[in-house]
Amino acid sequence: MTDAVLMPERVRRIDVSVPVFVLLALGLGVLVILPLFWLVWYSVHEDAGGFTLGNFVQLVTDDTMLRAYGIAIAMAAGVGVLSCLLATPLAWLVARTDLPGRRAIRALVTASFVTPPFLGAIAWELLAAPNSGIINVLYRTLFGLPRSDSLFNIYTFPGLVFVIGCFTYPFVFTLVANAFDRVPGDLEDASAILGGRAATTLWRVTLPLVLPSMLAGTLIAVLQALTMFGSPAILALPAGFHVITTKIWSLFQFPPQLGLAAAAAMPLLVITVLLLRGQKAILGRRGYTVLGGKSGAPRIVALGAWRWPAFAFALFVLCLTVIFPYLALLKTALVPNAGDALTPSTITLSHFHFVLFDFSATRLALYNTFVLGFLSATTVAVVAMIVAYIATRKLVRGAGILGMLATAPVAIPGIVLGVGLFLSYANPTFQLYGTIWILLIAFVTIELPAGYQQISSAFHGVHPELEEASRILGASRLKTLWLITSPMLRTSVVAAWCFVFVGTIRELSATILLTTANTKLVSVIIYDLNESGDMGAICVLGLILLVVSFLVVFAVNRMPVLGGGGSVSTTRG
Amino acid sequence: MTWKTTLAATTIAVALLSGGAAWAAAPAAYDITPDLIAAAKKDGTVVWYTATDLTVAEKLAAEFEAEYPGVKVQVERSGSERVFQRIGQEQMSGIHNADIIETSDAVNFIYFKQQGWLEPAVPKIVADEWPDDQKDPDGQFAAYRAHLSVMAYRTDLLKDVEPPKTWEDLLKPEYKGRMVKAHPGYSGTIMTATGVLSNLLGWEWFEKLGQQDVMQVQSSTEPPKKLAEGERAIQVDGNEYNIFRLQDQGVPVQIVYPPEGTPIAIGNAGILKDAPHPDAAKLYYAYLYSTKAQQLNSDFGGLRSFNPDVQEKEGRTPLSQIKLLESDPSELIKQVQTIKQKYEQYFGT
Repeated sequence: MTDAVLMPERVRRIDVSVPVFVLLALGLGVLVILPLFWLVWYSVHEDAGGFTLGNFVQLVTDDTMLRAYGIAIAMAAGVGVLSCLLATPLAWLVARTDLPGRRAIRALVTASFVTPPFLGAIAWELLAAPNSGIINVLYRTLFGLPRSDSLFNIYTFPGLVFVIGCFTYPFVFTLVANAFDRVPGDLEDASAILGGRAATTLWRVTLPLVLPSMLAGTLIAVLQALTMFGSPAILALPAGFHVITTKIWSLFQFPPQLGLAAAAAMPLLVITVLLLRGQKAILGRRGYTVLGGKSGAPRIVALGAWRWPAFAFALFVLCLTVIFPYLALLKTALVPNAGDALTPSTITLSHFHFVLFDFSATRLALYNTFVLGFLSATTVAVVAMIVAYIATRKLVRGAGILGMLATAPVAIPGIVLGVGLFLSYANPTFQLYGTIWILLIAFVTIELPAGYQQISSAFHGVHPELEEASRILGASRLKTLWLITSPMLRTSVVAAWCFVFVGTIRELSATILLTTANTKLVSVIIYDLNESGDMGAICVLGLILLVVSFLVVFAVNRMPVLGGGGSVSTTRG
Repeated sequence: MTWKTTLAATTIAVALLSGGAAWAAAPAAYDITPDLIAAAKKDGTVVWYTATDLTVAEKLAAEFEAEYPGVKVQVERSGSERVFQRIGQEQMSGIHNADIIETSDAVNFIYFKQQGWLEPAVPKIVADEWPDDQKDPDGQFAAYRAHLSVMAYRTDLLKDVEPPKTWEDLLKPEYKGRMVKAHPGYSGTIMTATGVLSNLLGWEWFEKLGQQDVMQVQSSTEPPKKLAEGERAIQVDGNEYNIFRLQDQGVPVQIVYPPEGTPIAIGNAGILKDAPHPDAAKLYYAYLYSTKAQQLNSDFGGLRSFNPDVQEKEGRTPLSQIKLLESDPSELIKQVQTIKQKYEQYFGT
């Protein structure tokens, strides 16, 4: 290996980084810029084709538009705070303490991550609709109250924030828990040796080390909430208010106001850029390399008397986000009408029969959903890894552009991206509309930022010293990436793959504009069924979707090639 | 951009049409023949874009498949305006997925016809039995179904107060927080209903209704389901046929036909030009109007039919005894923007 004679030869070998960089930059450029170009073009053009700023004037003078924006921003902020408050303590508990059942808890949080938010919203509708919601019915029965009393009303602004938070906090949780896993024990030991108490160590050493992940996670949660369509469509519309995504959606009702919709999307872009800048400013230039060549195993904190209160907290979170919603879905799948009580005489399999045998869309939609999930997740993982490598290691000048391009789609709400893609690819040149390829492009574009964020933050955690060692010993860049870097990133890449896979299953907003009869997805048929109020069928489909996607995520995490069992092995090669 | 300009063009064209369209000859009526059935089997599939309630549509499709084995029906159900949006997107990008289109918004069909998207075809039964005002003179579409948008309530949940009898009654304080209503931006039925009710009662009525803490849902099939769940006690609007189906299931719901009148929505169907399965389309199209299918729509679906041979189920109020509020699609098409704008002003979405 350390054959010095080989060295000069290697120096002369052509570096593939530059052509790869150019290709990726072009590819990502088209992916991101084309829909954005059409958006901007539409926002400043009249229907007849002339230049106008009228759309923007209408945007800032239209009260309904401003109110939708205000509500959306408040909602996203609320979701961010709630997600962080739920996720951080829970992540610490399962990663760094002797909490009972912490492996099971971690798996169950994954379950709530697999739950598409629109399905979660429907489940909470069943639980906490003011009159028919199961919780409210129980509450009234227990205390003998009249029908007009209710404990929770999910069709409200706090209800909406709560429900979105319940199915968005796993983004924060996964990132923070992984970060806790990676905090090297020796730093904490150093703090302990220098006389720091457990709380001090946690506050001064451990938390600062996971802060980047907390911020990154919260940012994802805020952006998810801001651009989310399904849950607000299900909960906000009955409550009688719009958020910006549902407002934009309503602009596509016939006759569509494409220019105004495009203009209405622009502030979202600005807000996102500001948020990303804010994150940078907070993190500053501090270094957060935690995975070097040498680090001790993470230490486990004994909770002592706090074990059971901590367990109760974890259980409470799980009840709200997994157990209750799933039970509600199951119950509704088994009774004739959503409001009926579940008794031996009312129990029925008619909804299962309908979905599995009568409903002609089921099989095609399931097939499309999972094929697209696999394709999108794999594409994103590969692209994100190469981009992250080039960008974080600054292999070529201007590598930062790649990172920017990969992050940029985060600013485009799915529904707007859907329109942008429609305008870009549904024409005689491309003819992609009506095929699953337009959906693949949509999913890759939408999910790339999340995948890239994760993989690149993992790259930031791997100190280049290991790669440098490999390079000095004569390995090529690709070989180093393959033998040294990727094994250390394996958990992150698998996590990113799962993120994207689940993300495509959760996606609804772009999908809804891009599907046709032959390319329908489960998310869209669930949305259609919700609009016509077929709760039983929704619950059956939702349960099928959950079970299958949970199995996929589980299997991927267990695959030996991918470093099964979730443990990081750094000793390969 | 094209959408808006074409809409403007349509509005003008509609004005011209209603001024006195030439009676262009509809094609000769056709019947279901063994040749047609054989050709349809070669096609193998028929794709049906529909706005009929999903269970009813799937049931009809299953009956068809049983009668004509070898021809599968692909049911694509959405709200009328969503079906409209989808077909618009597809036609604009030159995609021809659908064979037959059917929505409950009569305005849609004026637009389709204007765009030249429909293939003229007249099943024999439509030529012979359908009233003249329920079929296109050029043979491009015909009324496949009709249904009312009705006020209704859960008898068991409204015991404490007198049930509403008129539209004005709904403004009473005792109904506050107890009503559910569908959305005109989503549902063709509700667009039609909102149009006629705003003419009849004025927008002040909607403004006051907006202060009654009404639960807002999307499709006109949804309010009856909210009644079934017991989430709300009264529906301001929603499909009559869904209420019939709930009654058949034993849910205690009661329809109110106010003396001022009840809005009716006509659901047309037509074959699309460039349909991917033209012969299966013709077969299925003829089947849709057959007495058997129409009777099934009536019995199982609770839909109203223009086929004079269809027998209405006992216990249902016949159309002749209900004061109907009919809408003029060519007038409605001009009011669409105003309706949506006013609606958002009063109901928030």
